[in-house]
Amino acid sequence: MLDLRQYNSLGEALRAALERWPDEICLIEADRDRENTRLTYRQFKEQALPLASALQNAGLKDGTRAAIIMTNQSKWLISAYAIFFCGGVLVPLDYKLSAAEQLQLLAHSHAEFLVIEYHLWRAVTQAEQFKNLTSRAVLVTEAPPNADLAGAHRWEDFRVAAEPTFIPRKRSDAACIVYSSGTGGRPKGCVLTHENYLEQCVALTSLYPFWPGVRYLSILPTNHAIDFMVGFIGPFTCGATVVHLRTLRPEFIREAFTKYKITYMALVPMVLKNLERGLRQRFADLPPGKRKLLNALIATNRALTRRRAHLKISRALLPQVHNAFGGELRALFVGGAFTEPETLQFFYDLGIPVGNGYGCTEAGTVITVNDLKPFRGDTVGKPLPGMEVKITNPGAEGIGEVAVRSRTLMSHYLDDPEMTAETIVDGWLLTGDLGRLDSSGHLQLFGRKKNMIVTEEGKNIYPEDVETYFAGLAVKEFCVFAANYLWPARTMVGEQLVLVLHPETGQEITKELAAEVAERNRRLLNYKRIGGYLAWDRDFPLTASLKIKRAELAEQIRQNRDRSAVVPL
Amino acid sequence: MNTIDKTTDEVLRLAAEHFKVRRDQLTPDDDFFKKLGINSLQALDLLTRIEQHFQIELPDYELQGVSDFRTLAQRIQSRL
Repeated sequence: MLDLRQYNSLGEALRAALERWPDEICLIEADRDRENTRLTYRQFKEQALPLASALQNAGLKDGTRAAIIMTNQSKWLISAYAIFFCGGVLVPLDYKLSAAEQLQLLAHSHAEFLVIEYHLWRAVTQAEQFKNLTSRAVLVTEAPPNADLAGAHRWEDFRVAAEPTFIPRKRSDAACIVYSSGTGGRPKGCVLTHENYLEQCVALTSLYPFWPGVRYLSILPTNHAIDFMVGFIGPFTCGATVVHLRTLRPEFIREAFTKYKITYMALVPMVLKNLERGLRQRFADLPPGKRKLLNALIATNRALTRRRAHLKISRALLPQVHNAFGGELRALFVGGAFTEPETLQFFYDLGIPVGNGYGCTEAGTVITVNDLKPFRGDTVGKPLPGMEVKITNPGAEGIGEVAVRSRTLMSHYLDDPEMTAETIVDGWLLTGDLGRLDSSGHLQLFGRKKNMIVTEEGKNIYPEDVETYFAGLAVKEFCVFAANYLWPARTMVGEQLVLVLHPETGQEITKELAAEVAERNRRLLNYKRIGGYLAWDRDFPLTASLKIKRAELAEQIRQNRDRSAVVPL
Repeated sequence: MNTIDKTTDEVLRLAAEHFKVRRDQLTPDDDFFKKLGINSLQALDLLTRIEQHFQIELPDYELQGVSDFRTLAQRIQSRL
């Protein structure tokens, strides 16, 4: 791989990679069983530089913010490189947000440029807040011929043949602004520097190396912090190949493994569990004799890999399983949410190690990861090299808030010094997660101190962001909480949100009101939905500026109600 | 060409078959995530079955924000 200590910016490192491995395949884009794109590093450069040139002509210079809203595809990476080449600051936004939410974050980030897929652009132009969009230029990909682009440019035509000028950046300059939450309330725009990413990349690839010939299957969108690192920066700075799959459908994921002989893949717990479910079903469908033999081979593999993974042994013992994954799979990475140890153990016993990790955007993606020496399904692994982890105010069992110090920590929250000061104290990032370091240095997680949930799709959901959707409910006041924040529980799975309703004096929660709550809930994206509501009969404690004192209210609820008071929706 | 009612009915039938529930337990306005107890990946699996049946192609993003059979049928109808 490149020696990343020599480079000051992502743009500089990526530029060196494109020169170093011109004939290696860097990017394949597949959609179902079709292959849309296959590019060498040289061809990638040939696509990106005319775009960079056009962006420079349009005024993109060092420090200019440029957003990308796209599904998982090759133009994301080409656009990102062009932006970095010009010295721009990338704002990767989640394509799954609503158009109104995307417009809100575009305004908050002051993005002057926007690259967006056509179907998403159509939704944005139809949103009421579209009139407030102030971006200088919008580039739309894959628009049909004759489509009305509402003043935007066609990405495919936005090209200037002249050689663009590479704009160097300092390590301490902002590389990306990544929103970890805040579409409904206070946007949390994590400003991550070039140093944050370069250091993270060095640490991760020291444990899980890439090299030319390695093929990484990318199914997560690249705005996802994990995919940005292990599905773009990591493989590119090592001369490896990224295979983008534009669908999450299980049958095409299975096909991609064998078709492209995948080496690594990152996924969220939901996808991993889905793979597990499929495999268990196939095992259960085997005739009794074959099932018995398989179980014996799995037990043998488990015994032989107890101390460390032995890929050759596992592939020889369980060839059919490994061949179904293409025969060259070295590891899966899972993160973004908590994964049950049983699922991790299931794959490890088949000889497919899962690098279970833990992290957050504010920490520069990954904080800990399982190094497989030996495999541990009951922890989220050890801190990455260069990452200091401590437990603050530990209780009798050693459990306390996880705090992190590292060169990968974000610089600050965009335009929010107050929240930055609350989150990074004396150089330590307070994660809001509760954990314990065991005697071998592995981190175990036990729940959250903060008022939020994480879904098995790896989505962080903040109650404040969901409250917006219940505005105007016919009650005196209402508030959304994470259930585990109201009633602390030692778990990070099955989390849900609760809507606390305080009716007017004498008002009851009628069937009509409950139906209204259910209807609004239904309009939310499925992973944002609340799990139930709770009737509350006292005024909410408020600050002088009439904001709800959430911690105080939570304490009152905790003292007077238990989980059984929640009416499921 | 199918009417929207026919399309909706066929979607319900395919969902019932795919998730092994009785057809008469499903109605067009059901929230399929809740009613069938499925996640978004399992819903995508159903989409593949639907594509094969109607001989159309529905990108994954067509399912974005869709949680009831009626809306899903409308998305399909617009591509028939």
